[in-house]
Amino acid sequence: MAKEQHAYEEFMKGLWRENPVFVQVLGLCPLLAVTNSAINGLAMGLASFFVLLGSSILVSLLKKHIPKQVRISCFIIIIATFVTVVDYSLAAMLPVLHKELGAFIPLIVCNCLILGRMEAFASRNTLRMSIADAFGMGAGFLYALVALGGAREILGVGEFFGISLFGPNFDPWVIMILPPGGFITLGVMLLFFNWIEQRKINLDKQIAAEEGAN
Amino acid sequence: MGDLGWIFISTLLINNFVLAYFLGLCPFLGVSNKLEVSFRLGLATIFVMVVTALCAWVLNTYVLIYAPYLRLISFIVVIASVVQLIEMAIKKLSPTLFRALGIFLPLITTNCAILGLAIFATNKGYGLWEGLVYALGAGMGFTLAIVLMAGLRQECEKTMEMPKLIRGFAFNMIISGILSMAFMGFAGLFSSS
Amino acid sequence: MSEDKLEQDPGPEEPSPIRLIGTLAVAGLVSGVIIVAIYLATFETIKENKARELRESVFRVLPNVTKMQKLLLKEGKLVVSYEEEKDEKPIYAGYDDSNKFMGYAIPSDGPGFADTISVLYGYRPSDRKVIGMWILASRETPGLGDKIYKDAAFVANFDDLAIEPPIVATKKGKSKPNEIDAITGATISSVAVAKIINKGNDYWASKLKPGMAPAYEEPVAPAASPEAEEAQAQ
Repeated sequence: MAKEQHAYEEFMKGLWRENPVFVQVLGLCPLLAVTNSAINGLAMGLASFFVLLGSSILVSLLKKHIPKQVRISCFIIIIATFVTVVDYSLAAMLPVLHKELGAFIPLIVCNCLILGRMEAFASRNTLRMSIADAFGMGAGFLYALVALGGAREILGVGEFFGISLFGPNFDPWVIMILPPGGFITLGVMLLFFNWIEQRKINLDKQIAAEEGAN
Repeated sequence: MGDLGWIFISTLLINNFVLAYFLGLCPFLGVSNKLEVSFRLGLATIFVMVVTALCAWVLNTYVLIYAPYLRLISFIVVIASVVQLIEMAIKKLSPTLFRALGIFLPLITTNCAILGLAIFATNKGYGLWEGLVYALGAGMGFTLAIVLMAGLRQECEKTMEMPKLIRGFAFNMIISGILSMAFMGFAGLFSSS
Repeated sequence: MSEDKLEQDPGPEEPSPIRLIGTLAVAGLVSGVIIVAIYLATFETIKENKARELRESVFRVLPNVTKMQKLLLKEGKLVVSYEEEKDEKPIYAGYDDSNKFMGYAIPSDGPGFADTISVLYGYRPSDRKVIGMWILASRETPGLGDKIYKDAAFVANFDDLAIEPPIVATKKGKSKPNEIDAITGATISSVAVAKIINKGNDYWASKLKPGMAPAYEEPVAPAASPEAEEAQAQ
């Protein structure tokens, strides 16, 4: 019973409290590069999720056999293997998406998020916890990608997942799907995230103060 | 303008690795609040990039035609080794530089810009000279971006009263966005109408 | 403790170098096996995808064409090629249903406004005209430069274009057989496309004389089974 609760917590933290994008600010390179549309964000999110999950499982299973001195190299080998699998699978099954994401699929290897989770979590925790952590972080990364991609697509093209939202008279804010748009959209989202966190903290402080006064 | 000239200027300014391709963002955002350190990191990156481009070309031409599926892994191994060697060399030759760069050298290994350089150069089918010029342009572009960013941040810290909420990454993002927009102005540098 | 058969740590936590290298070697080997496996599993599909994409682009730039084959220029002659060669400069010949030669699809690329633009254009040697154009890859500005492939009127510019004198993009409205209308607000991208096609023609137009195209060969299907081979032999 306690174990299940713990695993659930590990999962949830990736979604909000320790969200890889909005809180830890990791995995930025693929994040900004492929979020010029929601579907690209979704594809990259799923690909990264698969790599993260697979690598976490493997690292957690093998953690006793990997000597500390070579652990980073081993992690990278494992991650690179999964990335290559995703790359070829995508090229075979969804060639159009593969062309859109282009060189950024192999760059999943450098995603600091994945390597970071290996080092900080999967190599030190049980299989069950590692899976929960990978699911949480992966899901958190995925929805951040879709949110960013969606925002940029809606403002920059007037579509969401290719579905036109505003009709033909919409004058698109083209810069949003160009590189500057990526930076600025993420900046605004981070701002929003900070604001929500700050409000929560203020609210908690207020409640604590009131309780102290009583 | 010759092909090599186009490759160099295009990568340095128009298709800047950081501001147009989003590569190398981790050091870009993490390091760039000190001008001196940023500049040195940039130099180290240029060096690593040029050496990597050379190794990537050798690998592509002589080894990977027989095993294209090993490309990703071999690139990573090469990059990690190159960085390791450079770290050892710097340690011996200039201990002060080594202390200044400190933790950043190993971070260059996971710098998407280096791996990105190798992969892009392969996809574009660059030969030896094109690859080297490409690496030079990319590295200098990275240095340019990171130095500009450091300067901007220093100035902002000195002169602006920043609200607490925006401090940190949100602010860096927005500055980067404006910088990226500025660099977009370089597009069309070579064309005559 | 002393009666345990457990392995004792060799002093202060230093696994032997053999163990380190061994672990890396095993990891590398297993990784290699998995990568080779996925490569082999997806090889055919990826090859087919690429071939299909190429066929579709060739059919776009050569009207009425249903078959194509890849050609390489060797010693002044055009030779059909099925394998990929290093540093090759391929062109593609298109044929209609009755195997009549319709034109060549020629790839070319060059700098555009933002980055390199990759173009495939159709060329008919009998009257030395460009008969179609398709953008294979570009990173031009969305909403402006990307009209070079999104604007049907611009693409239609290339359906019947003389190549001598070299193609020119005009802003005022085309009047000569070698002129195309530049896109408003995307002059540089439009001019780039013209330059890229001119560059391709600089190389190919003088080499591609009428009548040079080899006849269409049915691609030899690999023998699917011993029975098929026997049937072929008979």
